Amino acid sequence: MKTDTAENARPPARPSGAGGRPRVPRRSPNRAVLGIVGVVGFLLLWEAVPRIGLIPARFLPPASEVLAALGERLVLPEFWTAVGDTVLTWGIGLGIAFAAASLLGFAVGSVPVLRAFTHSTVEFLRPIPSVALIPLAILLYGTDMASTLLLVVYAAFWQIYIQVLYGVSDIDPVAEQTARSYGLGRLSRLRYIAWPSALPYVLTGLRLGAAVALILTITGQLIIGTPGLGQQISVAKNSDATELVYALIIATGALGVAVNVGVRALERRALRWHASVRGEEIA
Amino acid sequence: MSAASTDTRDAARRPGASGASRIALRALHLLLLPLVLIGAWWLASAVTGLYYLPTPGEIAATFVEVWGAERLAADVLPSIGRLIGGFTLGSVLGVALGVVLGLSARLRAVLEPVLEFFRAIPPPVLVPLLMLFMGVNTTMKLAVIVSGCIWPILLNTIEGVRAVDPVLIDTCRCYGVRGRRWLTTLVLRSASPQIMAGMRQGLSIAIILMVISEMFASSSGLGYTIIQFQRSFAIPEMWSGILLLGLLGFGLSVLFGLAERRVLYWYNGVRAAARGE
Amino acid sequence: MLDVTGLQKIYPGQQGEVEALRDLTFDLGEGELACLVGPSGCGKTTLLKCIAGLMRPSSGSVVLAGTSVTGPPPDMAVVFQEYGRSLFPWLRVRDNVELPLKEKKLPKQRRRELSDEALDAVGLLKSADAYPWQLSGGMQQRVAIARAIAYEPRVLLMDEPFAAVDAQTRADLEDLIRTLWKRFSMTVLFVTHDIDEAVYLGERVLVMSSSPTIIQDDVTIDLPDERDQINTRGEHRFAELRTRIYAEIRNASQSATAQPQEAGKAH
Repeated sequence: MKTDTAENARPPARPSGAGGRPRVPRRSPNRAVLGIVGVVGFLLLWEAVPRIGLIPARFLPPASEVLAALGERLVLPEFWTAVGDTVLTWGIGLGIAFAAASLLGFAVGSVPVLRAFTHSTVEFLRPIPSVALIPLAILLYGTDMASTLLLVVYAAFWQIYIQVLYGVSDIDPVAEQTARSYGLGRLSRLRYIAWPSALPYVLTGLRLGAAVALILTITGQLIIGTPGLGQQISVAKNSDATELVYALIIATGALGVAVNVGVRALERRALRWHASVRGEEIA
Repeated sequence: MSAASTDTRDAARRPGASGASRIALRALHLLLLPLVLIGAWWLASAVTGLYYLPTPGEIAATFVEVWGAERLAADVLPSIGRLIGGFTLGSVLGVALGVVLGLSARLRAVLEPVLEFFRAIPPPVLVPLLMLFMGVNTTMKLAVIVSGCIWPILLNTIEGVRAVDPVLIDTCRCYGVRGRRWLTTLVLRSASPQIMAGMRQGLSIAIILMVISEMFASSSGLGYTIIQFQRSFAIPEMWSGILLLGLLGFGLSVLFGLAERRVLYWYNGVRAAARGE
Repeated sequence: MLDVTGLQKIYPGQQGEVEALRDLTFDLGEGELACLVGPSGCGKTTLLKCIAGLMRPSSGSVVLAGTSVTGPPPDMAVVFQEYGRSLFPWLRVRDNVELPLKEKKLPKQRRRELSDEALDAVGLLKSADAYPWQLSGGMQQRVAIARAIAYEPRVLLMDEPFAAVDAQTRADLEDLIRTLWKRFSMTVLFVTHDIDEAVYLGERVLVMSSSPTIIQDDVTIDLPDERDQINTRGEHRFAELRTRIYAEIRNASQSATAQPQEAGKAH
């Protein structure tokens, strides 16, 4: 009999997925100081390189000018509208992908026949780069937010769906049999056995999906021109406002960090009860 | 006599028949849903007659027509070349830097916040930036791919190098294994599962960047051609381009999977052994 | 051959320092097979790492054949307790054995001879092309032992090598160690927490106290040279030696629990 432990059934990508492993302990004050040294050093370098003319300032404006441009932006309502649009597109896209992938994943994952019949299709559709759909999206929705949503949903869906499938196949057969022998119905088994054991995988999928969704949100805004930070970058680039391009890139980076930190925090919260079982996953 | 012969014939046929039905079932598993989906598409496009939804037959015919040898040489192969070049360069740089950072706790502590920030920047924003820097040329397209796909590879390599088993480190010290052999036999091999995971993520980012750098800033290449088809409302051509990109993504994923299976043969074995198989 | 003098190791800890080893002094003669036995948590692994040059002692010295040990010495091999983790899972058995020989820059021919001989000695020549994870725990530890012998060390250190294998395998491996020791004439230092194992294997048993550790006793095992799992363990003298060491270790762990304030004073 096969006793799949969670650790073994995990695909190779799991030990360090896109979000990286949350590193809770071991952040001693010394590390924080060194980290600040790194950030300050980086900013100084960035300031110095254009100032001494290593790279002309029209290509790489000094850090102070970029940060000043960012500061100016931060008080403009249109900047916050763009941020809002970006977050909204990201959130809706991720939400749709998550709902669809969880439902389909649980349904297909728990019925072996369905799994067998869908495998080839999934393996073909999954690696298709979502940017291939850009022309179709433009054709269907123009520069409407829906254009970008199409890309976001397609990209994030597969990340989550695959993890849900792994998660469902990872359900401990002993727990499942125990539940059956105690006469738990199908729904209670789903609630008390399948869902908790698949949860870590679902959250990994969410983490990977969230990162990919942000990438595609920005891509769609940049290439298609749907409203948001990506479109602002494109506009700034076309009007040769170099420091603004850099400032907006920093803004998208900050958004990226926020998404990573947020999803990791969610993961830690949701898996607190799991810590003893899978210390390796959490710590 | 005749009964006996029927018996033996049955006995001889039975395993063969069940084998054949197994193969038939496999084929059904493999092909049924794709065929149903293609059929449904066909029906939908025939019934609705929407201009943006040509029939699969039309797309297939256009595909053969559009992506002939000429366009293959002019647009497709250069794109794939840049993709593979950029991905290779990004992998080499990512692994090299990752090993250095993974081995030095101090350097890691200094650079970690900066690297985390760079990793969090969605790579597509680098396209306008690098256009600014370098103009529109091959170097810029390569730079876009490298600077996008390097992060997951770099960060996963760091994780992998940090996770080298201390018992193996001691073993190498005891037996005087050092220098290049230490690096190749201990560090890189031990980190290879994480490196491969990082490279897989890096590859899909590289494909995205290859396509959009050509859509955004180019006058040739796969991405450019496809977006041109859309702009000129050459719908079946556009679909054939989407199909080609899909096949490219699928093909690269299959190739990468094969390479991964070779490189991580030992890793899958260890995992299977731990499962008690 | 191996002189350990006044060895002390103090770990810096979060709640003050922890003195793992206090003052260890002993020496091993050329070709001796000595067992080091002590209660669990007495710093056996720390001592072994100091001897192997993997860890710097806080004070005291380790001298191997007249040379002070500051890093891993070239003619010493170590077999670790965690057999599964000390073999390279991406190398086949033979490559695991030959890896240190490659680093010694031995020609291919010679490497092959040495690995053949070592694998044959542990009875694993047939598994030379297998991967470590395809073997059982006992076989994996044999590979680690073969790797150590193929290295042709003058001193072989073994850190509780059989702690994680089943009883029957363990008995076989113990006999294997005696055989190899005679055949390859090495000096062997065998660390264990199992008193029976120490008495059965050793020519000499060094008894360690509880932490902070000193050498509490040095017992010569005057059992006949030819040992046998059934007869030797049945001998009256075996029982006597076993009882003596057992009593000492029990005293050691009792006095350790009775003197926490003394341990505190040491900091």
